[in-house]
Amino acid sequence: MIEAVIFPLIKIVIVFAAVLVAVMYVVLLERKVQAWVQVRLGPMRVGPHGLLQPIADALKLFVKEDITPVRADKWVFTAAPVIVLVPALIAFAVIPFANQLSLFGYTIPGRVADVNVGLLYIVSVASIGIYGIILGGWSSNSKYPLLASLRASAQLISYEIAVTMTLVTVIMLAGTLSMVGIVNAQLAKGWWFAFAQPVAFFIYFVGGLAETNRAPFDLPEAEQELVGGFHTEYSGMRFAFFFLAEYANMIVVSSVATTLFFGGWLAPFPNVSWLSWLGYIPGWAWFGIKTFVFLYVFLWVRATLPRYRYDQLMRLGWKWLIPLAILNVVVTGFLKVLL
Amino acid sequence: MSHVPVQTDAPRPMFDTDELVINMGPQHPSTHGVLRLVLRLDGEKVIDADIVIGYLHRGIEKLCENRDWTQIVLLTDRMDYVAAATNNLGYVETVEKLYSIEVPRRARYIRTLLSELQRVASHLVWLGTHAMDIGAVTVFLFCLRERELVLDLLEEYCGARLTLNSMRVGGQPFDLPPDWAKKVLAFCDIQDRKLPEYEHLLTQNRIWLERTRNIGVISAAEAIGIGLCGPPLRASGVNRDVRKDEPYAAYSEFEFDIPIGTRGDTYDRYLVRLEEIRQSLRIIRQAVAGLPEGPVMAKVPRLIKPPAGETYHAIEAPKGELGYFIASDGKSVSPYRFRVRPPSFCNLQALPRLVKGHLVADVVALIGTIDIVLGEVDR
Repeated sequence: MIEAVIFPLIKIVIVFAAVLVAVMYVVLLERKVQAWVQVRLGPMRVGPHGLLQPIADALKLFVKEDITPVRADKWVFTAAPVIVLVPALIAFAVIPFANQLSLFGYTIPGRVADVNVGLLYIVSVASIGIYGIILGGWSSNSKYPLLASLRASAQLISYEIAVTMTLVTVIMLAGTLSMVGIVNAQLAKGWWFAFAQPVAFFIYFVGGLAETNRAPFDLPEAEQELVGGFHTEYSGMRFAFFFLAEYANMIVVSSVATTLFFGGWLAPFPNVSWLSWLGYIPGWAWFGIKTFVFLYVFLWVRATLPRYRYDQLMRLGWKWLIPLAILNVVVTGFLKVLL
Repeated sequence: MSHVPVQTDAPRPMFDTDELVINMGPQHPSTHGVLRLVLRLDGEKVIDADIVIGYLHRGIEKLCENRDWTQIVLLTDRMDYVAAATNNLGYVETVEKLYSIEVPRRARYIRTLLSELQRVASHLVWLGTHAMDIGAVTVFLFCLRERELVLDLLEEYCGARLTLNSMRVGGQPFDLPPDWAKKVLAFCDIQDRKLPEYEHLLTQNRIWLERTRNIGVISAAEAIGIGLCGPPLRASGVNRDVRKDEPYAAYSEFEFDIPIGTRGDTYDRYLVRLEEIRQSLRIIRQAVAGLPEGPVMAKVPRLIKPPAGETYHAIEAPKGELGYFIASDGKSVSPYRFRVRPPSFCNLQALPRLVKGHLVADVVALIGTIDIVLGEVDR
C-alpha cells in the first residue's frame, strides 16, 4: 500500500513542484545570462541579485486582468494554454532523475514511472502541445497570431520528424524504449551515446531548439515581426501558461538530451581511477548539472544569433536535417548488422 | 491603393485564395517609431505595401516661420532626434549662406567634429536596432554602450545629450571644454576596438548573411530614380556624398574615403555604414590633430535679419542628404518660407519597391536598412 500509492504520489508532488520552481528560475536564468552577455546586470531589485524576481513575476501575472477578445472563440481560447502546458509537465513522468534513492530504509526509484515505451510516450506527449499553439493562434481571431500559429505548426511538425529520427538511432543502440533502459545500456556499453552518435545528437539539439521555439528558430513568437506571435492576444495567467510551457519544454528537451546522449544520472569517467571521487556525487546532482549545461547553451545561443527566416528554416529542416537524420539511421543500421 | 479589399457579388470558386491585409504599426515594435504600413500578403509574401505617415507631424516647418532665426536651431534638433548636430549644422550653414557670413575656421572644425561624432552615434543606433529587428539582441546593447560615450562627449560640449542646440548662426556658442579633444581621441580608440566585436557577431554569421544578402536589391539607376540618398544610395554603387561633392564645414581639409557598395542589397548597406563609422573616426582624428586656434564666433548682428532672398543648402547627414530651403523677405525677424528636404522621407519612398516579393520577416529588415527616423519624416 505505502509503496504502491503514497510514494508515487509524494514523488509526483515533488517532481511537479520542482519542475515549476525550476521553470520559474530558468526564466530568471535566461534574463541573467542574457544580461551578462550584453554587459548588463539583469534583474537586481527583487531580493539579492534579483533572486526573488520569479516570485514577483508570478504574482504580477496572477493579478493581471484576464482578457478574452470579444470575437475570440471562447472555449478554444481558454483551452489552448492548458493544452500547451499540461503535456509539457506530464512529460516529466518518465524522465529518470536518478537511479534510486535510499530514504528511511526504503529504496525509491528516482523517477515517477518507468514505462517500457518511455521514449515513445515523450514524443507523443510533446506533439500534443503543438495543438495548443495552433488553437491558441487560431481562436484569437486576429491576424498576427494566425500567421504565427501557421508558422508554428509547419515548423514544429517538420522538426519533429528529424528529432524522432535521431531517437530511432538511440533506440537501435540501446535496444529499448525505456528511459531507464537507455541509461543502463549506456552504463553497460561504457560510453555515452553522444560519442557513439554525434550526428544524431547534433540533429537532436538543433531540432530541439526549433521544437521549443527558441532562438534562432523563434519565428512563431518573433516579437519584431509578429508582435507577440501566437500569444499576442493572451494576458495574465493564460499568457503565463504559454510562457511556463515554453520553459518547461526547454527543460524536457534538455533532460531528454541528458538521458539519451549523456548518460542521465551516470557520473563521467567511471574507469579513470584518479577521478573516482566523481562517483560520490549523487546521481540526481549529475543529472541536474548536465541538464543545466544544456539549458545554458539554449540561452547562450539566444543571446548570440540572429533569427532565421521562415522559408530558410523550412529549408534547413527538410533539405538538411531530415535527410541527414535518415542517413544516420541507415548508417547506424548497417554498422549494427556488420559489427 | 485602397486599404479595404474589394467586395464583389461574383460567386467565389470552391478553392479560393484570399489576400491578407495586415496593418503593421503605428505601434508595432519594429517600425522604428510611428511608421504605419498596410501590407497585402499572399501567405507570408508581400504583394504590396502602403506607407502611412504623419503620426509624428508637429508642423515644424510652419513653426519655424514663426520663430526668430536663433530659436529655429532648437526646432531642427527635433527632426532627426538621433542626429541633432547635423540638423543644426544644415540650418546654420543655410542661414550663413543667405547672410554671407564667414565662419571662423576653428568653429568649422568644431562643427565637423560634432557632426562626425553624431554620425557615429546615429549609425550605432541604426546598427543596433537593425540587428535587433533581425533577432540579434546583443548587438543592440553593444552599440548603445558605445553610443553612450558619444552622448557623454556631446553633453560635455553643450550640456544636452539628445537635442543639442549646439550651433549658432555665425559660429559656435562655446569653445571646446578643456581636455575634450583628448577624450574624443580616447573614444575613437575605444570605438576602433569595439567595431570588430559587432562584426564578429554579424559580418560572417551565416544567418545574418542569409537574412541580408539579396534582400531588397536596388540598382544604381533605380536608386537615383527614386531619389535615394546617403548610405542606401552609395550601397547601390553611386558615388555621391555631399561631404566630397560640395564640401561644407571643414570637410575639404580632411582625407577620407566614401565607401561604395556593389550589389545594393541589405548586406551592402550594412557594410557601407560600418565603413562610414571607420571613416568618421578617421575624420575626427584629423580634425582633433589639426584643430586651429582662434575665435569660434563670427561678428554677427544681435538681431539676425538676413537680406531678402532665398537659398538651398544641403549637407550629408548620417541618413543621407539633408537640405534646407529658406526664403527671407528681409523685413521680418523670421524666415518667410522654411522647407526641409529630409533624407529619411526621401529614402522611405523606396520601401514599397523594396519589400515587394519578400516575406513579412524581411519587411522589418528592410525598414531597418533604410534607416528612418519618423521625427524627420513627418516633421
